[in-house]
Amino acid sequence: MSSNETYFDPYASSRETTEGTVYSVTGGDWDQVATEIGQNKEERVVVNMGPQHPSTHGVLRLMLELEGETITECRCGIGYLHTGIEKNCEYRTWTQGVTFVTRMDYLAPLFNETAYCLGVEKLLGVTEDVPERATVIRVMMMELNRISSHMVALGTGALELGALTPMLFAFREREKVLDLFELISGLRMNMAYIRPGGVAQDLPAGALSKITETIKDLRKNFKDNENLLVGNSIWMKRTKDVGYLDLAGCTTLGVTGPVLRATGLPWDLRKTQPYCGYENYQFDVITATSADSYGRFLIRVNELEQSLRIVEQCVAKLEKSEGSPVMISDKKIAWPAQLALGGDGLGNSLEHIRKIMGESMEALIHHFKLVTEGFRVPAGQVYTAVESPRGELGVHLVSDGGTRPYRVHFREPSFNNLQSTAAMCEGGQIADVVAAVASIDPVMGGVDR
Amino acid sequence: MSDINSGSGLFGVKGSGDTSGYGGLVQQSLNQGSSERPYGSYFDEVADELERAYPLFSDAIEKVIVDRGELTLFVKRERILDVAKILRDTPTLRFEICLGVSGVHYPEEKGRELHAIYPLLSITNNRRIRLEVTAPESDPHIPSLVEVWAGNNWNERETFDMFGIIFDGHPALTRILMPDDWPGHPQRKDYPLGGIEVEYKGAVIPPPDRRRSYK
Repeated sequence: MSSNETYFDPYASSRETTEGTVYSVTGGDWDQVATEIGQNKEERVVVNMGPQHPSTHGVLRLMLELEGETITECRCGIGYLHTGIEKNCEYRTWTQGVTFVTRMDYLAPLFNETAYCLGVEKLLGVTEDVPERATVIRVMMMELNRISSHMVALGTGALELGALTPMLFAFREREKVLDLFELISGLRMNMAYIRPGGVAQDLPAGALSKITETIKDLRKNFKDNENLLVGNSIWMKRTKDVGYLDLAGCTTLGVTGPVLRATGLPWDLRKTQPYCGYENYQFDVITATSADSYGRFLIRVNELEQSLRIVEQCVAKLEKSEGSPVMISDKKIAWPAQLALGGDGLGNSLEHIRKIMGESMEALIHHFKLVTEGFRVPAGQVYTAVESPRGELGVHLVSDGGTRPYRVHFREPSFNNLQSTAAMCEGGQIADVVAAVASIDPVMGGVDR
Repeated sequence: MSDINSGSGLFGVKGSGDTSGYGGLVQQSLNQGSSERPYGSYFDEVADELERAYPLFSDAIEKVIVDRGELTLFVKRERILDVAKILRDTPTLRFEICLGVSGVHYPEEKGRELHAIYPLLSITNNRRIRLEVTAPESDPHIPSLVEVWAGNNWNERETFDMFGIIFDGHPALTRILMPDDWPGHPQRKDYPLGGIEVEYKGAVIPPPDRRRSYK
């Protein structure tokens, strides 16, 4: 619509403020805006990007101050997805908390659940009593989740830089992992599958063979994306030496995860401070030395294979422990019923209902008390951390000895990592902001909680 | 920890009539004092090193608590900045990363209502400790640690937003998650959760913050 004088866009407008002229740009009026700005003597332009913008990786608002094409100052506006989960947890039982925290970082729900449950178990002092099979299932679910999360990181990251096909491949593979989640937990996202004391239910029949099949599939199909992007000259031009952040920057800003490992430091809590028995698995910590977006991309690509290796080892372990318990034996903590899939969806198993309604009044009372009131957790505070796909996911839990948490705080890796946007972008070009933010892979549900 | 351990009655019922007959029972709080040495694990070493590097140790550290395999140092708020710098810079301590700050509100703990908790991580030594600082609600000021760990910037803004703790020396202490003009600090215990009653088949379920709770 460049030279067409009669064109009128009702949404594109400009108005005068004390800060200068403010333009609302809609996309069809670039030439007009560019001409007007060109006539202005001042070089400094402030661009507001987001929160509703397809390339800001969620509802993230970026305020960019430009000098020509160069960014002189970058600020983030967050809080658009704040849902008060931490506050809400204070009004539910410890078990119900799982259902809330799983919704924080919605691409890595199983990590939120595990970190939270490890914290509750540490407060209860039952860490050692969680059955081995439950722990192996947790590890397997987390590693599958790491794959699905990295798939979104790679797919949307590529999409934001204009590469559409990797996104299609990535989401195709992610879908297979989500199918596994659905098979095992009944849900694709926000499963509340991992509970204090173990997991909600054992694997259904045939799950392990389905997982083995899927692993084969994934391993073969990961190559599609690798072939498209690794070494691709356009991709490298967009990501190499972009979003640079060195080790000193990472430590002072509290940045962890792939961004930290891209500086060459092999810091992965699974190796350095193992939890859930990670010391018993064979896998490598992937690092890069370039400290840029391309390095982080390579780390994510290669971590997929490591996660598959761990899942394979889990499957081998689970085959051997068929039939062992998946919930702590302490009846004061363990949910009274195993869940079962019925005609109307997931619910208490019919066998259990028959028992509490027909045979045992005490079992009914116990079930009622535990579900409505919850279990008591000794007073104190703990901090537990797991290595989520984005870095150190920490949980600070405080108990006052009651059946509800006194305080739940999540140290979200997305939140801390996103702070480094300014350090990565200032001095760069506006197009590089998108590459840098995509390489941090922030999930706004986790940032805002 | 504080008076939150104290309670009355049996079965922990709060917020509704007590039918157990034990309503008059009062439980004293287990006010945790400082832990005794040896602390176990690497905690003695950390305390010794800090004492060596920081002459004002006994004045700055109010108490040391070792609980569930974690070390918490309660630091006087006037000294937190010095302690943080020493923890970061002393080669034998080297806590390079501060994992943010978490607030907790204890309304019963008079004069120390607001707590700020800093989990620290040392990559060099593969260790974790925790610092805890308190401030009264009437004077909710704690020195900012942004100059020691720049990454605390957003975390302190969040804790200010949620608890109203004012971090002195923070470069731009504004709300971060709530809108700029929001009144009150949502994570304080006296701030209501909100919510409405829900009716289902004639029965009314109160909102979560008005349901019976147990302790």
